[in-house]
Amino acid sequence: MIAFALRRTAQIIPTLFIVCVAVFALIRLIPGDPAQAMLGETATSEQIAAMRHTLGLDLPMPTQFLRWLGDALSGDLGQSIVNKLPVLPLVLDRAAVSGLIVLLAVSIAAAIALPLGLIAAWRQNSLIDFGVVAGAAFLMSIPSFWLGLMLLLLFGLRLGWVPVLGYVPFSQSFSGAVLSIVLPVATLAAVECGSLLRMARASAIEVLRLEYITHARAKGVPEWRVLVRHVFPNSFGPTWTLIGLILGHLLGGIAVLETVFTLPGLGRLLVDSIFARDYPVIQGCLLFSATVYVVVNLVVDLCYPLFDPRITIN
Amino acid sequence: MMRVRANAAIGATLIGGLAIVAIVAALWTPYDPLGIDLKARLHSPSSAHWLGTDEFGRDVLSRVMAGASASALVAASAVATATFLGAAIGLICGYLRGAIDRLVMTVNDAFLAFPAILLALAALVVFGAGRGAIILALSLAYTPSTARIVRGAALSVREREFVEASRLMGNSEVYTMFRHVLPNCLAPLIVLATSMFGWALLAESALSFLGLGAPPPAPTWGNMLAASRPYMQSAPWLEIAPGLSIALTLLGANLIGDALRDRLDPRMRPV
Repeated sequence: MIAFALRRTAQIIPTLFIVCVAVFALIRLIPGDPAQAMLGETATSEQIAAMRHTLGLDLPMPTQFLRWLGDALSGDLGQSIVNKLPVLPLVLDRAAVSGLIVLLAVSIAAAIALPLGLIAAWRQNSLIDFGVVAGAAFLMSIPSFWLGLMLLLLFGLRLGWVPVLGYVPFSQSFSGAVLSIVLPVATLAAVECGSLLRMARASAIEVLRLEYITHARAKGVPEWRVLVRHVFPNSFGPTWTLIGLILGHLLGGIAVLETVFTLPGLGRLLVDSIFARDYPVIQGCLLFSATVYVVVNLVVDLCYPLFDPRITIN
Repeated sequence: MMRVRANAAIGATLIGGLAIVAIVAALWTPYDPLGIDLKARLHSPSSAHWLGTDEFGRDVLSRVMAGASASALVAASAVATATFLGAAIGLICGYLRGAIDRLVMTVNDAFLAFPAILLALAALVVFGAGRGAIILALSLAYTPSTARIVRGAALSVREREFVEASRLMGNSEVYTMFRHVLPNCLAPLIVLATSMFGWALLAESALSFLGLGAPPPAPTWGNMLAASRPYMQSAPWLEIAPGLSIALTLLGANLIGDALRDRLDPRMRPV
């Protein structure tokens, strides 16, 4: 188990290194002078020189990279050009908002999709199965931002059950906070439920055809026990991987939903920074999101042996 | 099998419908999609304007039709570029193997560590916002996964007897690669490209919605949704038409992708 964990953890080092190189290279790839691009046409040459110095653009490239990497490893991702705040606390602050919504939404989606997918696979080609497959295809085809707008129109504007604008932190008001995130969480859970349902159903269908299931049934094991004890644990692997991919992917990827619900999340910070050409914040958001994606997938892989002992043997 | 055929038929109808609307819109729309008529602002659907008018009095149906052209063109161009680049990289790596394969795939896998939408956003930082930039950004975002899939297929095809036979007949490596290996890697590539069309269309709409796509007043579905937000309560038809268009196109792409996968993957057939 420890050897497996060490080997898997070591695998992410080259990936993270290339992620760092890509994020570092990003602002060097921008056509023209990034300092000029950030300051605009009216900037004087002294201001541009000062900005180049602040960004470290006046140093040789390898020195720039090593300095940037060293700073990044020690948690210093620079300072925002727009509001002069340090980047890391800004990114962490926003990631907490996105993270909460994503975690809640994916948990709810998994709680609905796993049992439903199992039942659909168990009754493959029945009316229930057809309903589940059609429902999953329907959910997967709705753009999250459109569903969000529709829910906002119905529950926010027409029925007035939830506030239409703004985010309330939990530290300010618990009920206010719940009301401000209920629609984004519901939207995201509905959309992600589609892909989880499909995966849960497909992997359960594969397991249901294996010989040990026939054996268990022949032994007289009750059907519910066959499903819960034998099918579910062995078909959970692919869905678990998908949950990891979704979790890692969504953290920086729900900018559109955050825009619909005016939430101060990480995705929105990234998009706002792209508009403001706030390159240190853009780099910070990308580096953070990619790192979380890699680390979440590592954690997901490390959890595999908990429900599938064959992993450690292989 | 019945369901596979029904899925394929519904999917093909939806995507065929999109293609027809996109082609018709390139030649003709009921009104000028950019024509402003301030006297006809925010009119609800009527016989004159089947889907109503927007905040500038522009005909929503004409804009949805023009949006089909614009969005389908962006998605198709991005998928074509990603498929071409990914297939070339995957084929060369999978067929030749060795040091090139190891090096390219290490870099490729690192790019797979970025979610596609983040890769696209990062590319937009470099290219700036706009339609051409979105095509480039989405192509770059989807190339790594295409390369991975084609490499996997090429790795197994290169071990088959007919590839060996082609080599023994004295055919060059390049000829063998394109004439014998590539056609046998097409099945997974087609399934992926179908799904990618849906993802690319969704991503294009999302990026346009965020203001990173073709600048207004260009009639893309994402732009129309973004512009409809202030009028959500007074003119809900503004967001229904473009949203439904995106959803139906995605449904079509997903259904065709599913039907193709079910046909090509024997494990999914009922016992």
